[in-house]
Amino acid sequence: MPASARPEPRGYSGLPRWIYLPAALGVLFVLVPLAGMLTRVDWLHFIPLITSDSSLAALRLSLETAVASTAACLVLGVPMALVLARGPVRGRRWLRALVLLPLVLPPVVGGLALLYTFGRLGLVGQWLDIVGVQLAFTTLAVVMAQTFVSLPFLVVSLEGALRTAGGRYEAVAATLGAAPTHVFWRVTLPLVAPGLASGLVLSFARSLGEFGATLTFAGSLEGVTRTLPLEVYLQREVDPDAAVALALVLVVVAALVVGVAYGRRLAGAVSA
Amino acid sequence: MKALLNQALGAAGVVLALALTACGGTTTAGGSASSSASSGGTLTVFAAASLTATFTELGHDFEAAHPGSKVNFNFGGSSDLVSQLQNGAPADVFASADQTNMTKATNAGLAAGTPQVFATNVLEIAVPPSNPAGIHTFQDLTKAGVRLVVCAQQVPCGSAAQKAAKAAGLTLKPVSEEQSVTDVLGKVISGDADAGLVYVTDVKGAGSKVSGVAFPESSAAVNSYPIVALKDSKNAALAQEFVDFVRGAQGQKVLGDAGFGAP
Repeated sequence: MPASARPEPRGYSGLPRWIYLPAALGVLFVLVPLAGMLTRVDWLHFIPLITSDSSLAALRLSLETAVASTAACLVLGVPMALVLARGPVRGRRWLRALVLLPLVLPPVVGGLALLYTFGRLGLVGQWLDIVGVQLAFTTLAVVMAQTFVSLPFLVVSLEGALRTAGGRYEAVAATLGAAPTHVFWRVTLPLVAPGLASGLVLSFARSLGEFGATLTFAGSLEGVTRTLPLEVYLQREVDPDAAVALALVLVVVAALVVGVAYGRRLAGAVSA
Repeated sequence: MKALLNQALGAAGVVLALALTACGGTTTAGGSASSSASSGGTLTVFAAASLTATFTELGHDFEAAHPGSKVNFNFGGSSDLVSQLQNGAPADVFASADQTNMTKATNAGLAAGTPQVFATNVLEIAVPPSNPAGIHTFQDLTKAGVRLVVCAQQVPCGSAAQKAAKAAGLTLKPVSEEQSVTDVLGKVISGDADAGLVYVTDVKGAGSKVSGVAFPESSAAVNSYPIVALKDSKNAALAQEFVDFVRGAQGQKVLGDAGFGAP
């Protein structure tokens, strides 16, 4: 992102030729395994495999929960990014490290953490249980698991955008008499809208792929907690063809989301 | 066109793999293991995850009884193990948690002989030690408000649960159908599930974290563990010795202590 903010000198590519070799290998490293998966798809039965009741239920649940968790990331993540980027916070470095922790934790660890916090005997869950609220095994638990792992993606993207944008416009607006809330809605948010958009897309894509935390915290029941990644994992047990077909659906949906939203934004940033 | 694409992709994959190997500087260990003496050599045993504790112990016992031998294990879900074997993973012995996956292996021509059952396992109800939902019989699992967790039908413990339910003439209404016994047990241990259907050996392995409730209907779904030496073994004699060792007195003692039934 910082690179696109500063225009490069015209006509200078500045890349040593040899750079292209490892770059190409890197691209292949990502694409060849996907192609390898494609060679195993049973195209003849592809449609029946992906339109079975359980497959459709899983796809539907995945999309719904990913939308919900992305919304949760928006509500929680934007203020977090703002405070991290602009707030007078002491120990910012450590706070950021903590906030980003789910990024590096194995998802199953996140799931355990959620389970022992919001589970029936958990730190918070035992109090919720008293008032009759049980989260484990509910769709809400899926959304919580996805939000837990996706939130850092939004915070990182947005914080980067906020830092790149700087605070000059806000300062001007403030000197012209705008109240902080007004500045936030009318200046800050529009300024970092592209960064916010890419953060939302990343969160959505990550939610779509979430597996470990969901299984550990929310369980797996068709139509309630069994998202597409869980369905893929389960089908693989008995029907590898169905698993591969569903895996392809997941890849396509994720690629569409990231490609359409993220690609367009980057293209926009370059041409701007 | 498609063939051309496949070729191009294949070639690209080879280049990539070579490049990565070069980067990592990994070298594969020489594959010329000594295949002469049946007492020495290295065995690779692919075994179901539920055998982790017992087979690790048996491996040590086997090494002690066969000086110079070394037993390495690859534990995992039986269906994973079969697909690894089908895709060329080198192994000498395969121990499956159910007949279905062993049949897959034999149908794929992987086995060196006829698989032999070396242990059995039956279902048991796992409940938190305090047994909050008051589960004492299989019928209790269908009481209103009981949060039951089972394995999904696609995995062996799930199909066993279905068989037991059918034998009892009951329809189970679980709040979650998990991918493995471990996942079911986890939900019971955390207290989020009131009851889970797992194997006797799992309840025993979990120690004081869960209590077991045996039920007669479990006899309708006895699970058998078959073992076989593999055709591609470089050390066929030693592989067969390991199979015999598991089925012999010492193997049966260790398995029995863990809660497995005799074949």
